[in-house]
Amino acid sequence: MSPNTAVQFKAQATRLAADLEHRQWIFKALRGYEAKRDECKARFQNWEGARQAAAEIKYDTLNHLDRYLEQFVHHLESRGARVHWAADARAAREIILDLARQNQVRFIIKSKSMTSEEIHLNEALEAGGFEVFESDLGEYIVQLRQEPPYHIVFPAMHLKRGQISEVFQQKLQAEPVTDPEALTMIARRVMRQKFCQADMGISGVNFGVAENGMISITENEGNARLTTALPRIHVALMGIEKLVRTMDDLALLLPMLATAGAGQWLTGYNTLYGGPRLAGESDGPEQFHVVLLDNGRTRLLADAEQRDVLHCIRCGACLNVCPIFRNVGGHTYGTTYQGPIGSVLTPHLRGLREWKHLSYASSLCGACTETCPVKIDLAHHLLHNRRNAVQAHPPFFERLAFAGFQVMMRHPALYRLGTTLARWLQPLHGLVQGTALDPARAWTRSREAPRLARESFHAWWKKHRRTTSPS
Amino acid sequence: MKITLFIPCFIDQFYPQVGVSVVKILEKLGHAVEYPEAQTCCGQPAFNSGLWDEARAVAEHALDVFQSAEVIVTPSGSCGAMLRVFYPQLFAGTPRYDLACAVGRKTFEFSEFLVRRLGVTDVGAEFKGRATFHDGCHGLRELGVKDEPRQLLRQVRGLELVEMDPPEVCCGFGGTFAVKFPMISTAMGEGKCQAIAGTGADYVISLDSSCLMHLQGLLARQGKNIRCLHLAEVLAQSL
Repeated sequence: MSPNTAVQFKAQATRLAADLEHRQWIFKALRGYEAKRDECKARFQNWEGARQAAAEIKYDTLNHLDRYLEQFVHHLESRGARVHWAADARAAREIILDLARQNQVRFIIKSKSMTSEEIHLNEALEAGGFEVFESDLGEYIVQLRQEPPYHIVFPAMHLKRGQISEVFQQKLQAEPVTDPEALTMIARRVMRQKFCQADMGISGVNFGVAENGMISITENEGNARLTTALPRIHVALMGIEKLVRTMDDLALLLPMLATAGAGQWLTGYNTLYGGPRLAGESDGPEQFHVVLLDNGRTRLLADAEQRDVLHCIRCGACLNVCPIFRNVGGHTYGTTYQGPIGSVLTPHLRGLREWKHLSYASSLCGACTETCPVKIDLAHHLLHNRRNAVQAHPPFFERLAFAGFQVMMRHPALYRLGTTLARWLQPLHGLVQGTALDPARAWTRSREAPRLARESFHAWWKKHRRTTSPS
Repeated sequence: MKITLFIPCFIDQFYPQVGVSVVKILEKLGHAVEYPEAQTCCGQPAFNSGLWDEARAVAEHALDVFQSAEVIVTPSGSCGAMLRVFYPQLFAGTPRYDLACAVGRKTFEFSEFLVRRLGVTDVGAEFKGRATFHDGCHGLRELGVKDEPRQLLRQVRGLELVEMDPPEVCCGFGGTFAVKFPMISTAMGEGKCQAIAGTGADYVISLDSSCLMHLQGLLARQGKNIRCLHLAEVLAQSL
């Protein structure tokens, strides 16, 4: 990635923030989500208590991750599953490519997995000569458009029916229909054939259960079931932080994920998978592989201050409530994970220097922290990222400016002298306002500037105290 | 009770009438008010920019100024949050950690102080007009102040309070964010202004003059005749 990620972000954000149509479209979609989410939250006896319990589950799992991973792998292997450990994205891609090569795979079908986006799996498989089809409708649409997902949970939320119809007409020679059911049927007809042709199905993992070595996949279209059951090989890609301890933990987290993620009580399909087809069973894959991905996760685990970022269950709730996301949209971030969680996590996965700008692109309103179902303090982590960025690479001009600020604010006499000077200079601002010479241009281009009061509070107080004080 | 005032730097310089209103209200309620004249800024701009060393230097000055105060009252949710929530983080692992926590614990946002600490919801104010209330994010989410200003406003004679939809979205100010990413900040503010205009209110009331500075700047540029006022100004207008 070029060091200009910050420049690109700012340019794209500036463009999209001014795009009223885009803004209104995303607002409308997310207001609908909010209403449904609130309805589902109300069905919990105690949503706040549930958040606390969920955070504690993840806290305990991550603090003993070594033990739980061992347990998880032991159960999986005892049922004939093969477990692979991938230290980074490249290792994970190699493992999956090798599996495809060894088994003479031709067609690969995939169900939705942000972790596979994180390691850029599709590009690697295609470069290796394999055909890959996304089976989740939204993912399929963005794949046809050669775009990354716009949102962790709603990959094609930025597209209107007409745009979807357009891409179907271009890429699939489909009829020009805009009815959602007709559009779905077009994708389904294509997809059903691919399911039957595919030799390998790749899925993500929503949760891994340590006590029995099962993986849990949550979806609404039934495509993950077909992806994992029809091809002869199933490969599940899982970040090592996706673990929970027990089925009881899962019983809490599944409805929380559905509520926070999509405003649903439960998603349409929730399935547990635990290994290849056993003797006497009529369906299921012949081979079952689980690829466990680190890719920076253990480094984050070692960071006592930000470890809880690994609690994330990828529900996308923080994106949905984030006023920045709502205005700049998901593609602007240029990251796999968008919104607040992406702004906190990406510097850990891809480096602070290039990605620190995302932590600054926030008003720190705290709506993300307030909504997170596993209580990750996202807003404060943004502040920590900023501090870490300054420590690692001190910004020269900002340091200089704040050195001046610091000296002035520590010396009340200097502060008063400075503000008096500002009062004298203020009338001159009118001469340059709005021009390239305006030092406050970033503010005054879209907003009127406030004016210094003729008399400060400090000056008023001195007079006030003279008139009210008895001494 | 002796009340020590913290009047943040930009209120001191741009909106002194907010501080004056706070003094009037507290004195009318019969309290002695103290204003340590050496006070300047809480250090938040540096802190939010990631320059914690510079922020700590400013915060140390604030700790010196406020260490002997009994209670500290400030008409800013944001600066209040800096003292109560962020000073302990800023001074963690330093010799002044305990003092930072102590100063934080005795800091109150103005409406929070009136309602929670003094038990006052009616200051005897009158104000004619239709108004909507903007929750500043720091006051709302860092300090948990939500009902207090509304309780106070409901007791104001002549004031009609209407909630905006959506009610709790950030206005887009965010300190240096407003100049680092001016277009995102403006887009957020425009959304907020739309929600404000949707209520048909003539006034926007808030606990934070910084949010109001941003909103007033946008409303004025849009040519909308809606005025932004701090809660204290509304409560003190008829006193």
